[in-house]
Amino acid sequence: MEVTEKIAVEHGLKKDEYKKICDLLKRVPNITELAIFSAMWNEHCSYKSSRKHLKKLHTQGKKVIQGPGENAGVIDIGDEDAIVFKIESHNHPSFIEPYQGAATGVGGIMRDVFTMGARPIANLNSIHFGSPQHKKTKNLLRGVVKGIGGYGNCIGVPTVAGQTSFDESYNGNILVNAMTLGLVNKNKIFYSKAAGVDKPVIYVGSKTGRDGIHGASMASAIFDDKIEEKKPTVQVGDPFTEKLLLEACLELMEGNSIIAIQDMGAAGLTSSSVEMASKGKLGIELNLNKVPCREEKMTPYEIMLSESQERMLIVLENGKEDHAKKIFDKWNLDFAVIGKTTNTKKIDLLFDNKNVASIPLEFLAEDAPVYDRKWKKTKLPQKLKFDKKQFKSLNLSDCLNKILSSPNVADKKWIWDQYDHTVMGDTIQKPGGDAGVVRVHGTSKAVAASVDASATYCFSHPLTGGKQIVCESWRNLISVGAKPIAITNCLNFGNPEKEKNMGEFVECVEGITEASKYLDFPVVSGNVSFYNETKDKGIKPTPAIGGVGLIKDYQKMITMDFKKTGNIVYIIGKTEGHLDQSIFARNILLEKKGPPPSINLFNEKNIGETILHLIDKNLIQTCHDVSIGGILTAVSKMCIRGQKGIKINPFKDLVNKYEYFFSEDQGRYIIEIEKTNIKKVNDLLKKNSVHFEELGIIDDKNLSFNGEINLPIEELSKTHKYWLKNYMEN
Amino acid sequence: MKSSVIIFPGSNCDRDMDVALKKFGFKNQMIWHNDNSIPKSDLIVLPGGFSYGDYLRCGSIASKSKIIKSVIDFANSGGLVLGICNGFQILTETGLLPGILQQNKYLNFICKNVFVKVKDKKNKFFKDIKKEILELHIAHNEGNYFCSNDEMKSLEDNNQIAVTYCNDHGDEGDENNPNGAIKNIAGIFNSKKNVLGMMPHPERMIDKYLSGEDGSLFFENLLRNLN
Repeated sequence: MEVTEKIAVEHGLKKDEYKKICDLLKRVPNITELAIFSAMWNEHCSYKSSRKHLKKLHTQGKKVIQGPGENAGVIDIGDEDAIVFKIESHNHPSFIEPYQGAATGVGGIMRDVFTMGARPIANLNSIHFGSPQHKKTKNLLRGVVKGIGGYGNCIGVPTVAGQTSFDESYNGNILVNAMTLGLVNKNKIFYSKAAGVDKPVIYVGSKTGRDGIHGASMASAIFDDKIEEKKPTVQVGDPFTEKLLLEACLELMEGNSIIAIQDMGAAGLTSSSVEMASKGKLGIELNLNKVPCREEKMTPYEIMLSESQERMLIVLENGKEDHAKKIFDKWNLDFAVIGKTTNTKKIDLLFDNKNVASIPLEFLAEDAPVYDRKWKKTKLPQKLKFDKKQFKSLNLSDCLNKILSSPNVADKKWIWDQYDHTVMGDTIQKPGGDAGVVRVHGTSKAVAASVDASATYCFSHPLTGGKQIVCESWRNLISVGAKPIAITNCLNFGNPEKEKNMGEFVECVEGITEASKYLDFPVVSGNVSFYNETKDKGIKPTPAIGGVGLIKDYQKMITMDFKKTGNIVYIIGKTEGHLDQSIFARNILLEKKGPPPSINLFNEKNIGETILHLIDKNLIQTCHDVSIGGILTAVSKMCIRGQKGIKINPFKDLVNKYEYFFSEDQGRYIIEIEKTNIKKVNDLLKKNSVHFEELGIIDDKNLSFNGEINLPIEELSKTHKYWLKNYMEN
Repeated sequence: MKSSVIIFPGSNCDRDMDVALKKFGFKNQMIWHNDNSIPKSDLIVLPGGFSYGDYLRCGSIASKSKIIKSVIDFANSGGLVLGICNGFQILTETGLLPGILQQNKYLNFICKNVFVKVKDKKNKFFKDIKKEILELHIAHNEGNYFCSNDEMKSLEDNNQIAVTYCNDHGDEGDENNPNGAIKNIAGIFNSKKNVLGMMPHPERMIDKYLSGEDGSLFFENLLRNLN
């Protein structure tokens, strides 16, 4: 088939991009070459719209062993231990086929982690759906949850934390972001950079089929009415094979056989071979007749674009082929020497004894287009002046019940009961808390991880939203007693060719950068997902932040459930009464305008470090950060988890109770203190100039306030737990 | 005491079981599914996971694996065999235990703590165990035990029902049955009571920082009974 501009456009390339390809090659590419260019130059692989801005991210730090640019980021957690982690999106496939889309998302991110030599020890996910009333939402949610569970449960890696939200902006474009943490000896990390000429290139794992062809270009396109037709481009996962691949790779990694290793993710064999060779400034030659194929008569074009799952590409040391083959035979996996590294700095593909593609690697990598897209700044919305008179018709208990049972606050146990969260025997904080915590097997250390996104804030003001989400991640780690170390980000946005969407991206990245720099909380890995748009309607900007922190002595980890009647409860951090963009304003007052709460990074850092100090000195029993829904929501959750009540003190000052209880001012925590420790806690808080207030005292069974609220915890539990289960099962 | 944990491709609780057995004093060894024989052992454990991907039917391919003949011979000669979760499914597929494990009643994977009632103590697994009700942990998609009327009669007549799902007071009943298992069955013995299959995972409940510690009671007791 002769390649024309029309065919190039059908492959997702722009006309001027096609012209550039012809100019670089000084000829018209053949169809296989065009396929390779289209795979490497699409948004998903080339980061052509985001690259300019991603450079600004704060990626350095004392604990950073590997920042962005590898299969995953790596941080030092002391001794010889390192944590490898990354988050990745699988949004487009999950909307088309929720089970397989989500499952292969989990499979893909786990491969990114064990490719580096790490055994996966925890999975997390951030999933976002359309309005609960939308006709597709329930089935999408059910399919995604089953897919995540189906894959992770089978591999035997615990899913320890996550986040679920509902917003009508995801009606036509759900988000499925999967994150994995792995544990590795810091002297035995494997990278994707090839080295040395004439080294054997090995293909291992599943056979190549026709599934997933054009997956990466689908992820770089917007959806239209014909979306259902894209089903064949969704990959099909086989967690059993992945489990075998994991064990086989880790077994091979024990020796000194591997020079470089890369999983075949988006754009399959194309991107893995190009990336390994070009990082090593080498060339690569592949004989496609040697690639193990599942289907007959596959063409070079199909082999290069297939996104069949559970495959790896390895550059081996010479003479290690037999040793490696023995291991993959033991695990019943395909193993084939399919090529070698060369010094040509080109990718050459052979098929039926003919050269079917020959492209200088720099054309695919360095020469890939980079766009400086136009973007529009979002002005900070005017702060709203709420008419206090409208509060008079409200009732505190009703408001609390409404918020606790609202989709974005309601208990998500229905979801995480379907994830194996205890396999591997080291999960010491299960889903439902501020962060999931797993022990570093056989040591006194534990690693905490959480994943967060706040699209509402980011939509209202991307710069503030970007900062806020980093701070929220930081607070979640602090709340379990972990010192925050680094983050991974999954940047989910609309169409970068639209100035507003591009502006949201640019400003969220700026916000993330500012906060992560100030908090010394660098970004070590991540991914960008653009074109989350259906029929011209984009999603709200949704950067998801996955944070990782270290607890040196896991016996000091704390949880959010109230512990003992008679203990004192404090609010740490100042309550200013910011209601704009709060769930109270949006769900009760039906007011969706106004700016998100502002971020004070100095306070954030100072308060966070002070809380960690209190935990380290064993001075507090319980900690939970205040997030959506404000103080009263946070305190209710602590009551529910601990099956304890609280008697909230009457106000001394003239404070509006709705503003006090439901505002979403940032940088606040709720802590529980034994009476005997009060003085020590007060002294430390004062010494560090941290604002604090006594909220109340832990009670047996009721949440009460000043005669206005008197709710049995059993009732609150039911309210909180009822919504999702009822929604899914009816 | 020597124990052997069989690793099938797809097993994923093998390490957890190894950790638990060693913690309570067993000398444990890991045995690969393709091996021909099992070294001398006092206990053989079939761990949880998804042996051979659970393709065809949970546990069915494992029940035809190379190593399984040795397991069956060992059981038939009176050796102690413990199957947890997927191990229980494998034991029913081999015929060492009666009945089958179907998909959970609500068709979802379930991962949570449950209470089980110890129904029989005249066996090496539960003899002299201090509690009547244990808090254990389940994580499975196919734990809905079912058997024929004849099989049930013989299970009941011979006191082969090992543990049943209940609440913290020991009340059985539908609301305390997580997966729809017939008569709330969580685990059963063979007729000689040297083979135990159960869905709950005692190996996940072995220190106070995990989901609980009743798994420790199970292993401590087992070791004591073997000595």
